[in-house]
Amino acid sequence: MSLSVENLRIYYQTLHGDVQALDGVSFSIGDGEIMGLAGESGCGKTTLGYSLIHLAPPKRFVEGCVMLDGEELPIWDNERMVDFRYKKVSIIPQYAMNALNPTRKIGKMTRELLESRRLRYKDYLPELKRRLDLVQLSQDVLDMYPIELSGGMKQRMVMVLSTLLNPSLLIADEITSALDVSTQKAVAEMLVEFRDREFVKSMIVVTHDISILYQIADSILVMYAGKLAEKAPTETIIHSPRHPYTQLLISSLPEVGVKYSEKKLTGIPGSPPMLLNPPTGCRFRDRCPFAFAKCVEEPPFVEVEKDHYVACWKEMPVHD
Amino acid sequence: MIKVENLTKIYRTGTFGGKELHAVSDVSFEVQPGEVVSLIGESGSGKSTIGKMILRLISITSGRITFNGEDISKLKGRELKEYYRKVQGVFQDPFSSYNPIFKADRIFEMVRQEFYPHISSREWKDRVVKALEDVGLNANHCLNKYPHQLSGGQLQRFLIARALLLDIQFLVADEIISMLDASTRIDVLNLLAELKQRGLSILFITHDLSLANYISEKAIILYRGCITEMGATEKIFTDPLHPYTRMLIASVPRLDKKWEHVEMELDRRAGEVNGGCVFYDRCPVADKGCAQFRPPMVEVEEGHYVACYRVMDEMDPVNKALEHSLSKQ
Repeated sequence: MSLSVENLRIYYQTLHGDVQALDGVSFSIGDGEIMGLAGESGCGKTTLGYSLIHLAPPKRFVEGCVMLDGEELPIWDNERMVDFRYKKVSIIPQYAMNALNPTRKIGKMTRELLESRRLRYKDYLPELKRRLDLVQLSQDVLDMYPIELSGGMKQRMVMVLSTLLNPSLLIADEITSALDVSTQKAVAEMLVEFRDREFVKSMIVVTHDISILYQIADSILVMYAGKLAEKAPTETIIHSPRHPYTQLLISSLPEVGVKYSEKKLTGIPGSPPMLLNPPTGCRFRDRCPFAFAKCVEEPPFVEVEKDHYVACWKEMPVHD
Repeated sequence: MIKVENLTKIYRTGTFGGKELHAVSDVSFEVQPGEVVSLIGESGSGKSTIGKMILRLISITSGRITFNGEDISKLKGRELKEYYRKVQGVFQDPFSSYNPIFKADRIFEMVRQEFYPHISSREWKDRVVKALEDVGLNANHCLNKYPHQLSGGQLQRFLIARALLLDIQFLVADEIISMLDASTRIDVLNLLAELKQRGLSILFITHDLSLANYISEKAIILYRGCITEMGATEKIFTDPLHPYTRMLIASVPRLDKKWEHVEMELDRRAGEVNGGCVFYDRCPVADKGCAQFRPPMVEVEEGHYVACYRVMDEMDPVNKALEHSLSKQ
């Protein structure tokens, strides 16, 4: 068990009160697992990804426990997290292309980055060069400024830098959403290769694009309005989802080959609830075609089959 | 309706404008009334540039765009205003299409001031409500709000409603759903399909092939400003001929099939096109002739055009002989 998150609650502080962006989230990721984190904008997926590495105001830690490799990750304490960031937990940010310092040559920037972690550039240089070869970047890039690299090259450079210290957990935040289909594919396959070569132990890939996750992820976690809706192995989520939200989300994706004139797809009517004062009970209730009386109570996130977790009363085994 | 003939756009780049960047080169196509044509390409393929030239937001280097037979680059003053009454655009980012200081429905009032000053505000209000209904919005819920109070899908539908208030015949939809969530994007797509059934022509600019296939009858694949393949969407999807189109279709992430591992060059050298086929440096099946000469567009079957020597070879032995003799010269 590489990462386990227990009942994590992160709120955003605003003038009008707390926005409950992440409300009681529990899940775990195994060694070598690539977990996809999917959901609509504003569902809390990026909040979850970022709070595992850098929890800064207006985000506020309310409660929860994050264990990484059997050690508790002090995510509420920015100072103590310094020892973990980059070494144990690393991130590829959403706009990786703008993540490099434009005033430093890339080699110098890397040196500064390593020295800030009290590591010697010299010790890591051979490995760095080996990995540049792996992603088909010339070693000359170390003597270049970021402006001399194309977008795709910068993206690969950031991926190499982020994973240089072999972190246990890598968070990839929407890294494919700004790319073309062909570049998207190359980047996504690179993520899988980094895992296969054990540069990173496990990975959280945050994206709104479920079809990308189907290609690379081992399991998919679907979030809705700050809560977990469903987690299962990729095949199960795509082919036999049990939560109504997942079902509707997947049926609204236009697949290659579907035409409007032959098969009209439908979206999900309505919009997610405001998280400032979220409704009690199931948060998907207002948009759910299957909602019934029980849904005013909050559904627990339980395992309905092996490795298949769902938060929906409809799927609950009946006890009483 | 809209006819584009040999359209070319060259940008001057470099410190003193000494270099040329061919954003669009020699593109010709036509959009019929009630037709949705998809313009598909990666970033930098010139697809948005074509849309902007049709909307007269940027100038044309050479070539011609005609709307119902009239050259649009010659329109001035009143005629130009009449053109905009019929041709409108909606763009990628709905949030930056609005001025955040004003309420979102100000865009409707602007249309009235500019185009319909003689209509009373009461009648105008009815028209706005009607247009909002057409795009599937409830006026009571979304009028009188600021842009940040509305969702991306709502704002995007506002912009379409704004276009519908005019006597619109042609809509340039430039990546209008790429910023929207999966659950709402299909609604906006369906809206476009409904408008099409009412006779509106749409130029649907996108990089997502599955969306293009869902909505359009005709597809145009662009690469570095050149058309590589053009024809009925079905034909292009079921039987892609150009190696670039094949690569593009193979890399679309889909839910029914996993990617096969195909080695792919990640980088492309942008910009300069020198004589040969634009896809030469990434093409797996290119040969010497491809580096020297730009392949012409040929019709391989009815309504399906491809610009590729390799496809021509397979089609016609005469072409092959011709090309060989050319490459020997």
